[in-house]
Amino acid sequence: MSSTVILFLAVFAASAVEAVEALTIVLAVGVVRGWRSTLVGVGAASLVLAAVVVAFGPALSHIPISTLRLVVGALLLAFGLQWLRKAILRASGYVALHDEAAAFERERDEARSAGRDDAAPMDWYSFTIAFKGVLLEGLEVAFIVVTFGSTQGHLGLAAAAAATAAVLVVVVGLIVRGPLQRVPENALKYAVGVLLTGFGTFWGAEGAGVEWPGSDAAVLGVIGFVALASFGLTWQLRRRRLTLEPSARSA
Amino acid sequence: MSALRSFGRFWWDFVVGDDWLVAAGIVAALALTKLLTADDVNAWWLLPLAVVLLLAASLRRATRR
Repeated sequence: MSSTVILFLAVFAASAVEAVEALTIVLAVGVVRGWRSTLVGVGAASLVLAAVVVAFGPALSHIPISTLRLVVGALLLAFGLQWLRKAILRASGYVALHDEAAAFERERDEARSAGRDDAAPMDWYSFTIAFKGVLLEGLEVAFIVVTFGSTQGHLGLAAAAAATAAVLVVVVGLIVRGPLQRVPENALKYAVGVLLTGFGTFWGAEGAGVEWPGSDAAVLGVIGFVALASFGLTWQLRRRRLTLEPSARSA
Repeated sequence: MSALRSFGRFWWDFVVGDDWLVAAGIVAALALTKLLTADDVNAWWLLPLAVVLLLAASLRRATRR
């Protein structure tokens, strides 16, 4: 599998996970308070995200490639290790799995209890929550698109992967008419964490002057190494938890 | 001032996250790799090793709380 395909899959999976979470927020607000202001908020946030990609993507291509890889590698490692750490804690049972149904209920209750001015043409609560939800969930994806795309010279492909995932999630959300509980979000987050950490390690080391044995193919080895180490750490943590809390064995 | 603080807090959380030691470790490992390669040592093994050790240490801290 070439690194371009892996790039597409990594951006697609990261975007899908964040889009599922954004969809939950947008659905909860839209269902309770109406769609007009909610969708204006979604549109405004999408424009800001597109502007981030358009402004920063081409700008990064002017930076020398070794500096770019060093900085991008460090950033991807920071993001990747955050994702991976959370995913391992969830997979080993130390942190509760992310539950879209519970998140939907919570957002819906908050949207119901918030005050509203029926005379105003715009429901600013809906706008703000939808804008913030889409922007915050999407900002990480925008960074991944910009960093992955510019480092490999495939900004368009990275943006297309993110857009495809977002559109797919929205279409499925419209069909299901509810939060996407069946998307294996935690498994996807685990996979994205491994890929981001793998690419971050590969590019960061290259940017620091390393010549990888096997050249570009080494990225697959690095990803495999990160995956194996992560599975090992998950297994070890799960075993420790079961030893400390035997009651969790049946859960 | 509080808006500036919130802005800074947002970016700190966004980039550094829950464990600042991991971020500091990444910077230190990259700097050490750069120093070694400048000294003609092709230290390709250093960063993968550092990443796994940092992840293990961070998980250990998180599960001890």
